[in-house]
Amino acid sequence: MAYLLENNDFEVLLTTLQTQGYTVIGPVQRDHTIVYDEVRAVEDLPAGWTDAQAPGSYRLSDQGDGALFGYTVGPHSWKRYLYPASVRLWQAQRQNGTFTVAEDTPKPSKLAFLGMRPCDLQAVALHDRIFMESEFADPFYRAQRQQALFIVVNCTRAGGTCFCASMDTGPRAKTGFDLSLTEIVTDDRHYFILESDSRRGKRLLDALPVRPAEAGEVAVAEERLAAAAASMGRTLDTEHLKERLESSIEHAHWEDVSRRCLTCGNCTMVCPTCFCTTIEDYTDLSGEHAERWRKWDSCFTMEFSYIHGGSVRYSPRARYRQWLMHKLATWVDQFGSFGCVGCGRCITWCPVGIDLTEEARMLTSKEKAR
Amino acid sequence: MKTLDVLLGEIELFHELDPKHIEFLAGCASNVIFQAGELVIKEGAPAKHFFIIRHGTVSVDIHDPRRGYLRLLTVSENEVLGWSWMFPPYRSRFDARAQSLVRAVALDGACIRQKCEDDQVFGYHFYKLFSRVLIHRLEAARMQMANVYG
Amino acid sequence: MRTTPFRLKRVIKETFDTFTVELESTNGHTLSFEPGQFNMLYIFGVGEIPISISGDPFSPEILHHTTRVVGTVTKAMRRLTAGETIGVRGPFGSSWSVEAARGYDVVLVAGGIGLAPLRPVLYHVLMRREEYGKIVLLYGTRSPDDILFRKELEQWRARFDLDVHVTVDYGDEKWHGNVGVVTKLIPKAPFDPLHTMAMVCGPEVMMRFSAAELLKRGVPADNIHVSMERNMKCAVGLCGHCQFSSYFVCKDGPVFRYSQIQQPLAQWEV
Repeated sequence: MAYLLENNDFEVLLTTLQTQGYTVIGPVQRDHTIVYDEVRAVEDLPAGWTDAQAPGSYRLSDQGDGALFGYTVGPHSWKRYLYPASVRLWQAQRQNGTFTVAEDTPKPSKLAFLGMRPCDLQAVALHDRIFMESEFADPFYRAQRQQALFIVVNCTRAGGTCFCASMDTGPRAKTGFDLSLTEIVTDDRHYFILESDSRRGKRLLDALPVRPAEAGEVAVAEERLAAAAASMGRTLDTEHLKERLESSIEHAHWEDVSRRCLTCGNCTMVCPTCFCTTIEDYTDLSGEHAERWRKWDSCFTMEFSYIHGGSVRYSPRARYRQWLMHKLATWVDQFGSFGCVGCGRCITWCPVGIDLTEEARMLTSKEKAR
Repeated sequence: MKTLDVLLGEIELFHELDPKHIEFLAGCASNVIFQAGELVIKEGAPAKHFFIIRHGTVSVDIHDPRRGYLRLLTVSENEVLGWSWMFPPYRSRFDARAQSLVRAVALDGACIRQKCEDDQVFGYHFYKLFSRVLIHRLEAARMQMANVYG
Repeated sequence: MRTTPFRLKRVIKETFDTFTVELESTNGHTLSFEPGQFNMLYIFGVGEIPISISGDPFSPEILHHTTRVVGTVTKAMRRLTAGETIGVRGPFGSSWSVEAARGYDVVLVAGGIGLAPLRPVLYHVLMRREEYGKIVLLYGTRSPDDILFRKELEQWRARFDLDVHVTVDYGDEKWHGNVGVVTKLIPKAPFDPLHTMAMVCGPEVMMRFSAAELLKRGVPADNIHVSMERNMKCAVGLCGHCQFSSYFVCKDGPVFRYSQIQQPLAQWEV
């Protein structure tokens, strides 16, 4: 059942969320980039802005159409909130010749994620699989996940680097959200088509000044979503991709890409599905108090695979290969799906513009195969 | 008391050889015994014989002034000891010392070399099986060099 | 992720760079384990590392962990004295197939410190001796000074129901035993390849070459097991550090069937 919310009433969505006790996190403009941060009023949203993304390039420009969500994704993803970069796990205190450990308990906030893109929604689903369904669930993730409300904004415009259509993760969210919005801006109208997919979403919907959407209004939304799907800047052939990559494990092309890759790890930082962390143990100057922290880490560092004597993945070639193979091959064995949702962030934020769709294509091509 | 060609026939290494080639070999062979601690081969001495160990253990050593004897390898039953007889100057490169009572078949290097010249079919078969021994030794030596326990 | 303080009962100096810590619980709860599993050991304020349990699984009241001094944590651990505390988290990982090996000959091929994670297997099979066929231990290390658990090896060697062969990469004039690579001991070892479970542990190169020799002798790849080692932080399959192809060494391993990992083992920098 599709509902319609006029742009003039969009504010009500924010105030309703705030009344329900949510802190709204959504897109804001900062440092010429669209990032995710607290949204207190409609004015905080980057109305009218759009992004132009290409390998190694991100530019904002003012479209002047007043659209609240006329861009795709920036460097931030929702893992900032669900799986924060630094989490203290426990504190320990020396006493009587031994020590006691006090585990940190999760202190989740009631957050409403406004403006989640379908690809990012799928990224969260991938993390749910890892952090909630494994034998050792992450209590911090679970607690925050349960307190987070998902308001998805479907994409009526394909980004320059994204390829959700190839990964079957967008441009519209099919399920797994609380509320989804499709923004329509025409010459004379500005409205949102709303759908709910949960009890919480339905309750929220019921509190908004919406009316059932007319067939014609829905049709415009469908048209634009279809157009977005058809105009993706990139494609990735996922047919037997895991097997094709596995048989290319010694392909000559890995050497090519490793000459360009700086192993800077940007891709792992912006990727919404990358989940590698490290554990750091600290002590204070007195040596009486210690803490254990979990922090984001990247497989591109030399320390990542270090065992006594040296790093197993010594060369940049091996480290780039580890990242790509994990995303598009071994993730399938580990978790039953690809680890890539087609958001395009790694392509945009790579300082040398490496495009993993292009690299995957080259690696699985018959030319230059060893 | 077994005859030499019966003894040689029992040696696993020679199982591939024709009985008439074994008989040929027997002509160059003799039975030898070493007591524990006895020097079997001396570095620099003429390499008159090579040995197939039938019983006991022999170590292959290098003497280093700083560190004494470095034991590099031990050979025991059915293994070959010595290959300096194959090429000039026919001088041993290493010491070899019996670590226990050792019974071996000694094969006269010059005798074997002559027989290989005289009957080149025999020579081909003999060198073929000897090469395999050397290859295995080299592979094992590389593993030791790799210092995997480093 | 919490670590539990255990009391250090004793530190045993095994060789010049290898030592064993004996730990006992401070809260009365005994931590039981399967041979091949490891614990994450924590030195207060310094850090935490994975170390295989090297003691008797039938007597887990005292936990033994044997390690070489290779970094900050092991250096700090080596300096501890009896009565001090070490944090224990675990046990983690897959174990050697001591149950599946019943009725089979058991061949243990150990290289260097690799003897430590295999020692629990030996304790187990000797405790249940009648359940197994021939038991063979092949142990290779760098030099006579590096021989681990020397007294125990001599005791095992003296038994009539166990075959123990020790070799070193190089010896000195006081050494009268075997000198040569441990793989050299495999072709002549007394076991039936068609009814053998082989367990191999040591440096990766040594495990690769040992597996090749075992295969050459006719032991099926499914019956050869190896213990892999990779960088570990969380030990529960969430931090990503220990990945080895599709496997997380901390939870899919560290013990693997050779047939499972034959391919990635033959690829470099995986």
